[in-house]
Amino acid sequence: MSIHLILFLGFGVIAVAGAVNLLVQRHPINSALSLIAVMAALAGEYLLLGAEFVAVVQVIVYAGAIMVLFVLVIMLLNAGLEEKTKGSRVATLFGIPGMLLGSLLVAWVVLRHSGTEPVPVGALPGSPSTIGDLLFHEFLLPFEITSILILIAIMGAVVLASRPPTAGAGPGQKVKD
Amino acid sequence: MVPLSYYLLLSGVLFACGVMGFLIKRNIITIFMSIELMLNGVNLSFVAFAAHWHQLAGQVFVFFVMVVAAAEAAVGLAIIIAIYRTRETLNVDQVNLLKL
Repeated sequence: MSIHLILFLGFGVIAVAGAVNLLVQRHPINSALSLIAVMAALAGEYLLLGAEFVAVVQVIVYAGAIMVLFVLVIMLLNAGLEEKTKGSRVATLFGIPGMLLGSLLVAWVVLRHSGTEPVPVGALPGSPSTIGDLLFHEFLLPFEITSILILIAIMGAVVLASRPPTAGAGPGQKVKD
Repeated sequence: MVPLSYYLLLSGVLFACGVMGFLIKRNIITIFMSIELMLNGVNLSFVAFAAHWHQLAGQVFVFFVMVVAAAEAAVGLAIIIAIYRTRETLNVDQVNLLKL
C-alpha cells in the first residue's frame, strides 16, 4: 500500500464522514461546519492530484469566503433546529432500494470500465502560473463573461437583501407615526 | 498510485450525499449547502480527469465552477434572507407560494 493510497483513503474517509454528518445533523450550523471539513479534505485530494492552485482556491474561496457567508446567514437569521417531517411511504419502500441498486450499478461500471491505470501523482503541474497562462489566453472570453456574471450577482444580492420600501419601516413614516 | 476509478467513486459518493440532502432536508439553508456539496463532488471528478488525461483545462473548469458557485451562494443567501423576512420561517414545507 503506497503512501498516496493511504493519503487518498484518509482524505476520502474524512470527506465522506463530513458529507454523512451534514445529512444527519439537525442544526444548520453543525451541517455548515461538517461541510467545511469536506471542503478541506477535498483540498487535500486536489494536492494529491497535483492541482496546487485549485487546492489553494478551494480553501480560500470555498472553505473561506462561501462558508463564512453561510455561517453569517445562519447566525443572522438565528436558524434553529430543523423540524422533522415524515416522507412518503413509497419513497422509503422503493426509493432506498432503488438508490442502492443504482449506486451499486454505477460503482460496478466505474470500477470495471473506467481507467484502472493509476493517476500519477504530481505529473500534471497545476501551478498558478500555468493556470493563469491558460486562463488569460485560451479561456479569456469565458473569464470575462464570468466577471460580468459576478457583477450581476453582486447587484442582485444587494437588491434582494435590501429592505423593501413598502415594509412600512422607512425613516419618514416613523417620524409621522 | 491511486486508480482513477477510486476518485470517481469518491466524487459519486459526495454527489449522492448532496442529492440525498437536497431531498430529505427541510431547512432551506441546509438544502443550499447540499447543492454546494454536489458541486464539490463534480469538481473532484474534473480534477481527477484533468490529471488522468493530462489536460489542464479541467482545472480551469473547476475555477469557473467555483466562481459560479460563489455568485450562486451570494444570490441564493440573499433570496433566503428575503424569504425569511416575509415568511418568518426557514422550513421549505411552509414556503409553498411563489408570491412574496
